[in-house]
Formats: sequence, C-alpha cells, structure tokens
Amino acid sequence: MPAPVSQAVNDTLAMVSDQLILVTVLLYLAAMICFALELAFGRVRTAEPARTRELVGAGGPALPAEDPAEDPGEGTAGTVRTPQPAGWAVRAGIAGVVIAWIAWAGNLAGILTRGIAVDRWPWANMYEFVVAICFAAVTAFLALLIRQPIRYLGAFVTVTAALGLGFAVLFLHVQAGPVMPALHSYWIAIHVTAAIVASGLFIVAGVCAILYLIRQDGRPSVLPARETLERVAHRAIVISFPIWTFAVIAGALWADRAWGRYWGWDPKEVWAFVTWVVYAAYLHARATAGWRGKAAMIISLVAFGCLLFNLVGVNIFFSGLHSYADVPK
Amino acid sequence: MSAPDDLARAVRDEPALLDEAAPRDETAAGAGAEAGDAAREPARPVGLGLTGWLRWAWRTLTSMRTALILLFLFALGSVPGSVYPQRGVDPGRVAQYFKDSPTQAKWLDRFWLFDVFTSPWFAAIYLLLFVSLAGCVFPRALAHFKEIRRRPPAAPRNLLRLPHSEEFEGDLTVDRAAAVLRRRRFRVVTGDGWVAAEKGYLRETGNLLFHIALLVLLFAVGAGGLYGYRGNVLVVEGDGFSNAVAAYDRFMPGSRVTAESLEPFSFTLKDFEASYVAAGAKQGQPLDYLARLEVQDSPESAPRQVDLKVNEPLDVSGTLTYLIGHGYAPTFRVTDGEGQVAYDGPVPCLAGDQATYTSECVIKVPDARPSQLGFLARFLPTTVPNGDAWVSVFPGAANPTVQVFPFAGDLGLRSGRPQSVYQLDTTRLKPLGKMAAQPAPLNVGDTKELADGAGKIQFTGVKEWISLQVTYDPGREPALLAAAAAVIGLVLSLTIRRRRVWVRVKDGRATVGGLTRTEGGGAAFAEEFAQIVTALRGGPPTEDAAPDEPRDDDEPGRPGAPAPGGSAIVAGQAEPDEPPTGTAAPGVRPDEE
Ligand code: HEM
Repeated sequence: MPAPVSQAVNDTLAMVSDQLILVTVLLYLAAMICFALELAFGRVRTAEPARTRELVGAGGPALPAEDPAEDPGEGTAGTVRTPQPAGWAVRAGIAGVVIAWIAWAGNLAGILTRGIAVDRWPWANMYEFVVAICFAAVTAFLALLIRQPIRYLGAFVTVTAALGLGFAVLFLHVQAGPVMPALHSYWIAIHVTAAIVASGLFIVAGVCAILYLIRQDGRPSVLPARETLERVAHRAIVISFPIWTFAVIAGALWADRAWGRYWGWDPKEVWAFVTWVVYAAYLHARATAGWRGKAAMIISLVAFGCLLFNLVGVNIFFSGLHSYADVPK
Repeated sequence: MSAPDDLARAVRDEPALLDEAAPRDETAAGAGAEAGDAAREPARPVGLGLTGWLRWAWRTLTSMRTALILLFLFALGSVPGSVYPQRGVDPGRVAQYFKDSPTQAKWLDRFWLFDVFTSPWFAAIYLLLFVSLAGCVFPRALAHFKEIRRRPPAAPRNLLRLPHSEEFEGDLTVDRAAAVLRRRRFRVVTGDGWVAAEKGYLRETGNLLFHIALLVLLFAVGAGGLYGYRGNVLVVEGDGFSNAVAAYDRFMPGSRVTAESLEPFSFTLKDFEASYVAAGAKQGQPLDYLARLEVQDSPESAPRQVDLKVNEPLDVSGTLTYLIGHGYAPTFRVTDGEGQVAYDGPVPCLAGDQATYTSECVIKVPDARPSQLGFLARFLPTTVPNGDAWVSVFPGAANPTVQVFPFAGDLGLRSGRPQSVYQLDTTRLKPLGKMAAQPAPLNVGDTKELADGAGKIQFTGVKEWISLQVTYDPGREPALLAAAAAVIGLVLSLTIRRRRVWVRVKDGRATVGGLTRTEGGGAAFAEEFAQIVTALRGGPPTEDAAPDEPRDDDEPGRPGAPAPGGSAIVAGQAEPDEPPTGTAAPGVRPDEE
C-alpha cells in the first residue's frame, strides 16, 4: 500500500534544493576547467611510443584512482617524444577530481533536499529526471575512475553534466510539489531509478564515442588511443544495457498495474524499445568482424540519439499516457 | 592470417569460443556464435533446383543476420506508431487528422499508418521475426546440449603460438596442473604430458536462454492478444456493472474470445472520491482517486468491499479492472409540458478542462410531451462569478452549479442513425426562449421553468462517474517470466567469457597457452591467465603476484609486464581476428561459413 498522499511541500527546503543545483552547475564548470587544463597542458599521447612506455611505466602497484601512466615519473622511459608535462597540469587534473566529487555531493544534496521537501521520490517530472540523470552520469564517471585511469574523460563528462543541469534549470524547472495519482507507486523507485542509472552510463559511453570519432589514430593527441575510448564505451554499455532492459521491463510491469496493459506501443514505449534494439545492434556489431571499431561506435551514437529523443522529443512533441514529464509550457 | 595446423584445430574445435574467428561445422554450432555469422551471407546455391532454393531461403531466413535485420525493422516499423495518432488509442485525434489534412490522411491510411500495430506489414515483420528466431535458436539449442557434454579438445602442439602463452622451468606435473585448473572451476581433461581446460559454458547457455526467452515473449504477447479481451465501461456512483459483453460501452475481444470466456463477476460503485491540491502553485492538481466498490466474484459469492485506486486494480481470477478516468454526473429531474416526470437521473458530463473540470453535458428526454426535450448544460464544480459570466476555479465540487440551455423539437433518435450520448443534434430542435451565452447558473435544488410551457428542469444533485477498463490477458505471466529469463540470459552472455587453457609439461619445462574471445575481454583474460600461470609455477595466487594488474590501461594491446623472477616469454596479444582460412570442415552450413 502506498503511503497516504502528502501534499505538504517544505518550501524552504525546495528553495535550498534549487540553490544547491545552481551551485552544482558552477562546480561542474570549475571541475571541467581543471580537467581541461590538464588535457591542454598535460602529456600528449601518441599511439606508438606509448606501448613501450607502458612496459616501464606500469610497474609497481598503483594507488587506486591514480593512473600510473599519468604519473610524471613515467617520462623517464625516454621514449616519449613530447616534452615533459608540467607538474601543475597534473595537479590541475587532481584538483578537477576533487572538485568533481564536491560537485557530485552538491548534486546529491540537491536531489535529496528536493525529495525531502516533497516527501516522495525526487524524479517524477522532467526537471527532476534530468537532474538525476546528470547525477548518474557523473557518478558513473567517478565510480569508473576509481578503478580505471579515465581522467581524460573528466572535462567532457562534467561539461555534459553542467549543460544538462543548466538546461534543466533554465527550461524544465517546475515548482516542487506533489504528483499525479498514477505516480503514487513503489514502481517509481524501481522503474525510474533503473532508467536513470542506465541513462547515466549511456551518457559516459556517448561521450567516449564522440571522442572516438574526433580522435585520429597515429597522431599525437591529448586524448587516449581510440581503442581505449572504445573499450571504456563498451564497458559502460555492457553494464547499462541490462539495466536499461530491466528499466523497460519494470515499466511494463508498472503499466500493467497502472494502465491496464503491459505493452501498448505508447510513444515512450516505442522509443524505449527502439533504443534497446539499437544498443543491441551495437553489441552485435561489435562482436562482428568488419563492424568493430568505427561502425559499431557510430551505431552506439545512434542508440544514444534515440535515448535522448525519448527523453526530450517524446516528452515535448508527442502526447501519450506517459505524459508525466510536466514540462513547463 | 595463417594459423599453424594444430592451432587451427584448437580454435576450430570450439566454434563458439572464437565465434567469427573460426569456421564451424554443423554439430558444433554453439549458440554464442550467432553474432559471428551475422556478417556472413549464405552462399547462394548454384543450379540446385527448387529444393536448393528453398533450403537457401530457409537458411537465409533463419540466419542471425536476418533475425537482426528483422528486429531492426520491427523497431523501425513501430516508429510511425509514435508519430501518427493511432485509432486503437485515440480515434478522436485520427478523425481530427482526416479533417485537417484529408489527402495526406488518406495516403497515410493506405499504408495503415493510423493502425500501425494491427497492420498487415507489422504483423508480417512480427511473424517473420518469430520464424527466423525459432529456426535459428532450436538447432543451436540442440547443438549446445551436445556441446555442453563435450570435453575440451586436446592441447595443440605448440602452445606458444596461442594468443596468451608462457613458458617456464619447474617441476610441474600434469596432475598438479589439472588440480590447479580444477580449483579454478575449469573443466579439465588430461593426456600424456598435457592438460586441457575450459570454462565459461554458461555464456552460451545464457545466450540461448535469452533467445528462447525472446521467442516465448513474442509468443505470449501474441497468445494474449488472441485469447484475451479488453473493454471499457462508464459507471455512475450507485450503479453497478456485471461482466458481460452487452454491459460494455466498448469491447475489444481477441479472435478466440467467446461470451463464455468472461469471468462472471459484478460490482456496485458505492462512492468515488477525488482529492486535489487545495492551494498554491499546483492548486487543482489531482492528488488521489479512490473508488469504493462492492464486488461479487461470482453470482453466488459473498460481496466484498474493494478500494479501487489508480495503481491498484481489482483482480478477479486474473481479470483485472482498472480505474482510468472520472468525471461528474449531475442529476436532473425533467417534468414535461403535461406535468409528467419524463427524466430523473444522472447525466455523465465530459470535462473539457482538467484544471477546473468545467464539463459539458447533454440531456436527452425523448419521452417528453408534447414535444421531445433536449438540453445542453455546462457543469461548474466550483463556481465563482466573473463579471457577467460564471467560471469554475477548482476541479473539486465545492460550489457546483449548472447552466442549462433548453431545446424542444425532434431529437432525431428515430432516424436510425447512431448518435453519441455526448452530442445533441440540434438540426430539428429549436431553442426554448431567448438563448443567452451565460444563463444564470442553477444551484443544487433549483428549478428552471422552460419557456412556452414546455415544462421544467430541476438540478437535483451531483454524482460522479468513473471509467473503467477491464482486461483479461492470459499472456501476462508467461510474458513476465520470459522477460525475466531474457534479462538473466543477457547478463550471463554479456559477462561470462568462454576461455581455454592448455598446459604441456616435458623435461622440466612447462608451456601454458590460453585462448578467449577477442572483443573486450583480452585484458581481463590476460590477468586471469597471468594468475593461472603464477599458480602453476607454485607461487602464491595473490593479486600483486599477477604481473598484469586488473587495470584497464589507456593504451591498447598492452602485453603483460615481465613476470617477477622468471624468464618469461611474453607473447603479444595478437588474437586471431580473421578465420584461419582453408580449414572449413565438410558439411559447413553456408550461413555459418
Ligand atoms: C511499458 C511501459 C513503460 C516503458 C517502456 C517506459 C519507459 C520509460 C523510459 C524509457 C523512461 C526513461 C525516461 C526518458 O527517456 O524519458 C521512463 C521514465 C519514466 N517513466 Fe516510464 N515506462 C513505462 C511505464 C511507465 C508507467 C506505467 C509509469 C507511471 C504510471 C511510468 C512513469 C515514468 C516516469 C515518472 C518516468 C520519469 C520521468 C519522465 O520522463 O517523466 N512509466 N519510462
């Protein structure tokens, strides 16, 4: 049984939430600048000499969240053609990580305060949903960063999060408040949370895929080799694809409770399905000789486009049962 | 890439292991392999006659590539269903489309674009996909069951040519190597001076499970459509409903549904309550709906009280009743010109505006004498004056009034043409008295005398109606189970990697070789392989002893660093990308070539 419906809104807390989100945008931008400084003035990677360097550089056990290859000491390998990266650039990268964690906490606090202010799960309209997806994307990045040296993604993930939050604040913001009766269900915790987590990971994969297409092999670049980007993208999608599948199935289960059928080709259902099929196509393409690499990455971007269309396009252009987005007119 | 014979054999023996990298023979076709042959087109038969062509067509249809294309078409085909209004969902908007752009609508209609999900072309994709999946999965499932009992193939002669390999000196014996690999839950076979081990069979099992589950899902959805039904009905407070075809306002049965298949339950709507946000920015937003029903599961059973809410349907032996809409039904008593009560009861009204629930009502009184009476009425749940007019400011019935527009004449009911109860055909009706745009609203209990002695109408009270959907879909539970199985299978096939390890020992030297699928897992397997080698050497199987940290570094193809304290030979991870050519076994199915 759902809890009795509350309509009391703690306005002060709701305001605090709005301000926290604004601060978070600024912090993401600050983190982005730090990451960008490291990228711009840090080491330049070339695909070839890196291989030799790795043998030496990847020696001793490294601290988690610390990339041995990013260690300035690696330059001693002598195979690096490019000049030594400035030490401050590396420190800027580390500062970026610290600021990103603080921003992450701000984002989380913004979501929690909103949830407490309205006494329900804080992702029941498009504003709250986009805020949560940005949070999920940054969480995915920071969590992957603990185990893998992917700091080079920082600038792109944080700028995406900042843009996403900015978009939500400027165009999607609605007053904190109670929701439609159809959303009074524990399924919101299951279905929407899964959609958010999967979307966050898909964003990280999308960022990698775009960088992959920008990066040209064989040339020195501040970005890592294409294979690396491809691998991170693949890893993110392999994790999020089952979660997405689960989100869609949970949606169907909820629809079976709320709308009287589990699948009815509502626009949101259609696009959730299309997104699923295209990500599945990506996974197959990647396992198929001749499609690996660029072609597969482009398919993953098409899938990402479908995901975004489902979020923005379907909520704004189409009408359907799934019209809880509460997009401000 | 040219592979040495024994390597080619090691690779070929396990078709699913390297998927696309290995040619496959019929018996050993593993289910994990489908991704590989997606790229390959069945060889067209040359001069094979009709049966040859049929075989070719069947193989083409059941190849994974075709299944993928069909799945893609299925998704693509559903897109217009989200772009254009659909008759099954919103016939009103389709009619509007025909009114707004008739030519375009006619053309769209020719391609069933207003009925995408019941169109022949959508059904064709669906059926082809079903057949293709079935034809593809079942032979593979059989092959996989044989496959599961197969033993890992014997070690190739030269293990150092495998993608992962190492050689070291030591007193390793076959038995100890087998024990080490068994402890790591490999399936192990030993021979004279060699050990062959394999792990990760669940990958193919998961993959099969996923595909079979998908098949069951498609089947359950289809069967649910045939044997299930859906109906809509509107019920006013105080009224009842019993589940029979005639009781529905709209009934959509599957083609296998008969009148007897309907569960014989009935209920009375005792009360309906809607609550709304009372004040603030979200004033008027609905908060909760609650319909109190008295339900009898069958004509004999005792009545039970049920609270019907939006996310809590009424369940009677699998037939579900959902609360999907609500509205007001003001009650009226109409007395005609001859003094007879010609109508006394509720009139369901349709809300034009959800925020205020200002609703439009139509009252038809065919029994009135001397002439029939018809009324248009506007129901305002919370009425406030606004200049010369009255408006509703809140959806709840805090101050309900109606504005009545009376007509007299012929309602047109005898013409035989079907009429909507929500529309008044005024062609043969004339307004009674002067028609004002904003007649003074009636409060509950008020009576309006009609002009020309036509009678009077009294606004006697306010009831509410609810609209319900009743659904019976026997495919629900199988579909759910299939979906759950599909997720489990998906996770297994995405996360588990099939891999093989061989060990050869001879004269105090041991060589170890390993093989896995190329994509993605190279680094992870390199790590596992290094750990296995460490264990075989007799070193502690600890993390830091593994030369290759479980870290994905940012450069590709990173070979393992030299192992501590050993003269390791580190082979690059040049995993075979291309099938070793010229080794295809006879009887290779063309679509797996
Ligand atoms: C088969 C059924 C369903 C599918 C396939 C489905 C799919 C999705 C997807 C893909 C999202 C991600 C958001 C986006 O990209 O916009 C989403 C979000 C959401 N879903 Fe569902 N859903 C289903 C049923 C339901 C039901 C029954 C409800 C509630 C009654 C619901 C409520 C929501 C809400 C509140 C959100 C988040 C915010 C928003 O977009 O407004 N969904 N759904």
